[in-house]
Amino acid sequence: MAEPIVLRHRTLPGLDRLTAYRENGGYQAFEKAVRSQAPEAVIQLVKDSGLRGRGGAGFPTGVKWSFLTPGVFPRYVVANADESEPGTFKDREIMERNPFQFLEGVAICAYAAQANVAYVYCRGEFWDLTGELDRKIAELERAGLLGERLFGTDYSLRIHTHLGAGAYICGEETALLESLEGKLGQPRLRPPFPAAEGLYGKPTVVNNVETLANLPPILERGADWYRSVGTKQSPGTKVFSLSGHVERPGNVELPLGTTFRELIFEHGGGIPGGKAIKAILPAGASAPILPAADDVLDSGMDYESLAALGSALGSASIIVLDETVNIAWAESKITDFFEHESCGKCTPCREGTYWMKHILGRLMGGEARSEDIGLLESVGSGIRGKCLCALGDFAALAVTSGIERFGTDFEIHAVNGR
Amino acid sequence: MALAEKHRAEIQAILAKYPPEHKRSAVMGLLYLAQREYGYLDRQAITEVGDLLNLEPTEVGSLIGFYTLYHDRPGPTYRLQVCTDLPCALRGAEHFARELRRSLGVAGNEPPTDGEFVIEEVKCLAACDRVPVFQLQEPEGIHYYESQTIETALAVVEEIRGRTANG
Repeated sequence: MAEPIVLRHRTLPGLDRLTAYRENGGYQAFEKAVRSQAPEAVIQLVKDSGLRGRGGAGFPTGVKWSFLTPGVFPRYVVANADESEPGTFKDREIMERNPFQFLEGVAICAYAAQANVAYVYCRGEFWDLTGELDRKIAELERAGLLGERLFGTDYSLRIHTHLGAGAYICGEETALLESLEGKLGQPRLRPPFPAAEGLYGKPTVVNNVETLANLPPILERGADWYRSVGTKQSPGTKVFSLSGHVERPGNVELPLGTTFRELIFEHGGGIPGGKAIKAILPAGASAPILPAADDVLDSGMDYESLAALGSALGSASIIVLDETVNIAWAESKITDFFEHESCGKCTPCREGTYWMKHILGRLMGGEARSEDIGLLESVGSGIRGKCLCALGDFAALAVTSGIERFGTDFEIHAVNGR
Repeated sequence: MALAEKHRAEIQAILAKYPPEHKRSAVMGLLYLAQREYGYLDRQAITEVGDLLNLEPTEVGSLIGFYTLYHDRPGPTYRLQVCTDLPCALRGAEHFARELRRSLGVAGNEPPTDGEFVIEEVKCLAACDRVPVFQLQEPEGIHYYESQTIETALAVVEEIRGRTANG
């Protein structure tokens, strides 16, 4: 396996202690940046590294930062730690086991953005983890690595945690900002994007935990080194959260572009009970399902390859389904999730997920009507492209891609129904 | 203003995270504090939190229905919440939840087994590699229990019942 960049605690035990983190080079990158590098130079370095957002969208991180409106202050940095995508559990491991690398990444991002305050927005269920982060932040303040006039310069930085309260939609960056402002977590109309008008209407960077944790090694070792890992268009490693029907579920950090086959059969130990693999959800609930044919299994896991397959890499939460799974059932579980998590702001999503849930409920309950599959497709097309954020699209695509690629799994229920 | 007097230091610490002109941001933290104090968020709690932030009760109250970790009515003190979302379901979580209910003599989705305690199913908890997993919501916070068996889960239930019997 390649050398870990983000999950360094796997090879360096005790990395969750500040002394151990510093003994392994921790906080040298942040100190060097604050003492001797211009914020613009840090942004350029991150641009050159090709790092792309690890929360799902895969947008180039340095480019996102460069959109901050010039000359407008204060600015804010927000770490998106609202990890809630079914099948995703990577940010939690990073924050629990390698917290200082994550917090140094937040600090580097804040310096590059010239923000003096950063927030870590944690999902409410991460109650214990958030308490631990608070203690780590206090430790950093005592060590002079956070606070006023850092390293004898004029730069000051405070980091605060903010606990959510149970709402998947707050992982969407504008909904997160609304929630952080004390309002309902509902997405905003864009533009303006957060880089222009984010938290409290000020220029704001919102980055995922894994994205931020990549920053200290990038600053330390340079853009060329980072680009030597992964593919040309998707440089670096990715933490793949592997779950479902595999012998060894868990997080695996691999270069972007590694094949599904290597992840599932080598690192995951294959399918339990000698069963055949049937399908892959490459981005949790939020990307079209893929039949596990050879061309898919031998495809690289990177942003471009997944798009070419008619799906998406998203946050790289790979859910494996074996031959015993009926895909209509799997999609009905996913639809239940989206119906529950729809924030209710956009009518097509709010109503559409509700209808799809009930039609799929009929299908699964043996009470299908002959027109139900067509009805599902019709409701799906009524949602797609008609909402402020991607949740509605994801919900619709889950069902329509399931019907398109595993039609017989749906027809079985429709035929058996009355 | 019971909260304001009883928890002055904690309220100040929550408010200090945000710019003074944007203290509305503190509402989620203050709602957690009020819920810990009162067990749930009724009109009185909502008004108290609103008064601390110069918000109308409706502005505060709307959040409670939106966010699932706030409760607007008296309920069990302990909520044992099993994740049965797709990745967990593929690894037997629905069966685990059924078995746990059966072991405790609870039928279907029937709510509380007693006044203090309930078993529920929840959406993804970001622990899909350590199934079965549940979280325990209690007045002092939320804790994860991972890679569970019926036996370990029943031990947790017994421990809770011991607490409520003694408390």
